[in-house]
Amino acid sequence: MSEITPSQTVGPFFAYGLAPNGRCHWDPNGSYSWKETVGDNLITPDAAGQKIHIEGRITDGDGKPINDAMIEIWQADGQGRYAHARGEKPRPNAKFTGFGRSATDKDGVFSFDTVKPGPVPGPNGKPQAPHIVVCIFSRGMLRQIYTRLYFSDEAANAADPILALVPADRRGTLIAHKQAGASQAVYRFDIRVQGENETVFFDI
Amino acid sequence: MSLIYPKESLSAYPKHLSPEYRSTVKRSPSKPLIIVPHTLSELTGPAFGHDAIQEGDNDLTKQHKGEPLGERIIVHGQVLDEDKRPVPETLVEIWQANACGRYVHNVDQHPAPLDPNFTGAGRTLTDKNGYYKFITVKPGAYPWGNHPNAWRPNHIHFSVFGQSFLTRLVTQMYFPGDYLFPFDPIFNSVTDEKARLRMVSAFDLENTIPDWALCFRWNIVLRGREATPLDTDKH
Repeated sequence: MSEITPSQTVGPFFAYGLAPNGRCHWDPNGSYSWKETVGDNLITPDAAGQKIHIEGRITDGDGKPINDAMIEIWQADGQGRYAHARGEKPRPNAKFTGFGRSATDKDGVFSFDTVKPGPVPGPNGKPQAPHIVVCIFSRGMLRQIYTRLYFSDEAANAADPILALVPADRRGTLIAHKQAGASQAVYRFDIRVQGENETVFFDI
Repeated sequence: MSLIYPKESLSAYPKHLSPEYRSTVKRSPSKPLIIVPHTLSELTGPAFGHDAIQEGDNDLTKQHKGEPLGERIIVHGQVLDEDKRPVPETLVEIWQANACGRYVHNVDQHPAPLDPNFTGAGRTLTDKNGYYKFITVKPGAYPWGNHPNAWRPNHIHFSVFGQSFLTRLVTQMYFPGDYLFPFDPIFNSVTDEKARLRMVSAFDLENTIPDWALCFRWNIVLRGREATPLDTDKH
């Protein structure tokens, strides 16, 4: 019998510890500075791949913005390599971690600056389309919820083995949409925790 | 060595929807979660710049000019996997209310004083034995709006990484014998009593420092165990 430690909610007051320099203005007086361990800008000077900006809003079952959520992402680099620590050959872009964290602001908005990940190996040797795994915490969530972000301009989505397990009419909730007109590539990814057009969450 | 992450181990977790904790009602998925296999994306682990953690980040009593008010305490223990193997060099972050039960976050409007000498955030890396240690003050209980006269038991928030995206854990450490336990819907969202008690630290007299600080010990067990031949047969 497993004896893992149960999960509890992150609560409303995590920002000063977990995301002190993020979007959430937890300290209007700016009296306390605390170096950030993990932030919303993943781009390092050595990061391989196309630079992108991801932005979205997270809403609850009433469609109201969740202004105290924390979104964490984990992704491969532009060549589809994960910066997994032990026992692997050093990558040439060793500073790029692929891990990011964004606390939402008063409008429930989170954002990341990163590079677009490359395709990574999937089950049974089939490649997975470029994607980012997403983990969501907030007050009112006793345990984290997991989802995935795919890109609207990737033909490989059609053959992705994980998307294939999602009912076709709900797959759209996992697609980040490329915004027209911006000089930099910007993808929009809204998360609806509950209700109409509810985002697909994974049991992993 | 690679670990497997059986989902059955999560049976001790609270349900997403636990109506006694009111905020879960609108913040829990209503559609069934989609079952998918663990791929490289889930089995690899969050990486972060180790240089971001500085010496002394684990001592919450030394972040300001003076010492904070409250009972000085040591909180220590090991981060382990399901086979009780230490999880080395993993990030542990904590945040908490001050001794009066007030957080520095501007949304916290509980009319208890802020302490100019206490912020309440710390972090550390486990050593090669999975061991971590913080020095802080015991957080106070505080009221919240869940139901009439609701008070949270004393607790320290913990965020732990582990070796994959699946081991990520955010939880709360409680103190032994808290009289508020029976009334707290967050604590009681873990319905199995044994599992619930795994969130409660033990008073650690042996590691108390005489004339200086009390001590509490709390081990954290993350997902992940070695595959057995039985598991291999299944695949």
